[in-house]
Amino acid sequence: MNSMNTEAYYQKLKDIIGPYLPEDVSADEIQMDSHLVNELNINSANLVDIILDVEDEFDITLENADMDAMQTVRDAMELISKKQQPDMPEQPGI
Amino acid sequence: MGAMDRRVVVTGMGICAPNATGLDAFALALREGRSGIRFLPELKTLNFGCQIAGYPIITDEYINNYFTVLERKGLRSNGLIYGVIAGRDAWNDAGLEIDPDGEPDWASGILFGTGLLGVDKFRESVYHVDEGQVRKLGSNSVMQTMASGISAFLGGMLGCGNQVSTNSSACSTGTEGIHMGWERIRSGQADRMLVGSCSDSGPYIWGGFDAMRILPRAYNDNPEAASRPMSASAAGFVPGSGAGALLLESLESARQRGARIYAEVLGGAVNCGGQRNGGSMTAPNPIAIRRCIREALERSGIGGREVDSINGHLTATSRDAEEIGNWSVALGRSGNDFPLVNSFKSTLGHCLAAAGSIECVGALLQFREGVVFGNTNCEDLHPGIAALIAPEKVPLRSVALPMQILAKASFGFGDVNACVIFKRFTN
Repeated sequence: MNSMNTEAYYQKLKDIIGPYLPEDVSADEIQMDSHLVNELNINSANLVDIILDVEDEFDITLENADMDAMQTVRDAMELISKKQQPDMPEQPGI
Repeated sequence: MGAMDRRVVVTGMGICAPNATGLDAFALALREGRSGIRFLPELKTLNFGCQIAGYPIITDEYINNYFTVLERKGLRSNGLIYGVIAGRDAWNDAGLEIDPDGEPDWASGILFGTGLLGVDKFRESVYHVDEGQVRKLGSNSVMQTMASGISAFLGGMLGCGNQVSTNSSACSTGTEGIHMGWERIRSGQADRMLVGSCSDSGPYIWGGFDAMRILPRAYNDNPEAASRPMSASAAGFVPGSGAGALLLESLESARQRGARIYAEVLGGAVNCGGQRNGGSMTAPNPIAIRRCIREALERSGIGGREVDSINGHLTATSRDAEEIGNWSVALGRSGNDFPLVNSFKSTLGHCLAAAGSIECVGALLQFREGVVFGNTNCEDLHPGIAALIAPEKVPLRSVALPMQILAKASFGFGDVNACVIFKRFTN
C-alpha cells in the first residue's frame, strides 16, 4: 500500500466507522491504533455491520477469522491491503 | 382502595395514522372526514385487484427526529417506524421524561402489539439467505423482524423496567392491549403501561387479503370513496397501516405527577367465539361478541343504557349490519334509543393489528374535542342497519356531544374479540 492509498483508505474507514460510534464518542477520536470496542466503545454487535460495510466499500470478502483479527483501525487497514493483493501463483520447483 | 381495584386513566397518546401524524392533525382529520386512502402504483404493477390502501406519509426528516443515524442504517421495518413515532409521542405527551443515564423505570412497562413486524426487512433477509449470503443479514435483521422488536426498541429508548412485551390477536390486537395494560395497572403490578400496536405497510402484508378477495376492487380510480362502513354499497375493507399508542397510568400516579387526563379506562373484556355458532377463522360468533361487550360493561359497572357513543369495528363489509345487531342486543337498545355510532375506517382503512390502538386514540380525542366524529361514505345506510337503529344514530358529520361513556370494540381473525369502556374523567 503506498502512502496515497493509505491516506485514502484511512479516510474511507473513518467514514465507515463514524455512524457506529456511540453518541459520546466523536469521529475525531478515531486514531490509527484505536481499539474499536474497548476505546471507541462500538457495540460489539455492530462489528458484523462494519465488516459488511468494509466488504462493500473495498470489494473484498472477509472471513470469520478476519473479523477476530480486526481489533483496531490499523488491523482493518492491513486486512484490506492483504485481501486486495492478487494471489501470487506458486513458483514451480526446480 | 385495595391493590386490586386501582383506577386507571389515559394520560398520553401518540398517533401515526394514514390521514395524519400527531394528535392535533389527527383530531382535525377525523373531525373533517379527511381520507388517508390512496392509490398505490406499486400495487397496480404487482397485479393486485385492490390497488389502494391507507398508509401514513412521513418524511425522512421526520423519521430522523426519532432514530439515530446508526438506527436508520438498514432500517426497513416500517411498522417499527410507525410504532416508535406513536410510542415516543405518547410518552412525551404524558409529560414523562427520557433519562438515558438513569436507572430503569421499574414501574413503567410496555405492551406494544403487532401482527407481523418488518416484512420488507424479512423479505430482504430471505433473499440473502437463499443466495447463501446469510452473513449479509448484519446485526439488525432480528430486532427488525421479531414481533417484540417494537416493544424492545421502545423499551430501550424510554428505559422501561416493568413488563416489556408484545401481544398479537389479529385485528383486535390494539384494543386487547389496552385491556391487558389496564389489568396490569389495576392489579398493582405496574403504575404505567405504554400500550399500542403497529402494522406494516406494503404488498407483502396486504397481499393475502387481496388473494382472499375481501378487498374492494372497483375503486382504484376513486380511493377516497372505497371504504364504506355501514353502507349499503360496502364492498370490503381497504387495507391500512400505522400505529397508535396510549399511556395508561394509575390515577394515583397521574395525580402525583399532576398529569393531564384524557379519560378513565373503566374496564374491558376479551374472548373468543371458538369458531362455533357461525363463527369461523374469519367470521365472528355473534354470541361471543355480545358476551364480550356485556362482560366489559359489567366489569366497568356500567349499564347498556349509559353508553353515549360506540366506536365500532365496522370494517366496511356486509357484516357491519350484524355487528350493529350484536351491539343492539348487548346494550338492549335499538331505534331512537341506540347510542351514536361511528367507524373511522372510512378514512383510515382497516389498519389490521394497528386498527384498535389507532381508533382508540381517535375515539378518546372525542372527549377532548367535545364531539362525536362523523362517518363518511355511508350516505346510503345499509338497510339491515336502518331496520335496527334510527339513521341519525350514524352521524354523517361530526356532532357536538358531551359524551360521558364510550364503548370501543375490535374483532379479529381467529374469532377473537376485545371491548373496552372509557369514561370522561371526573374526580
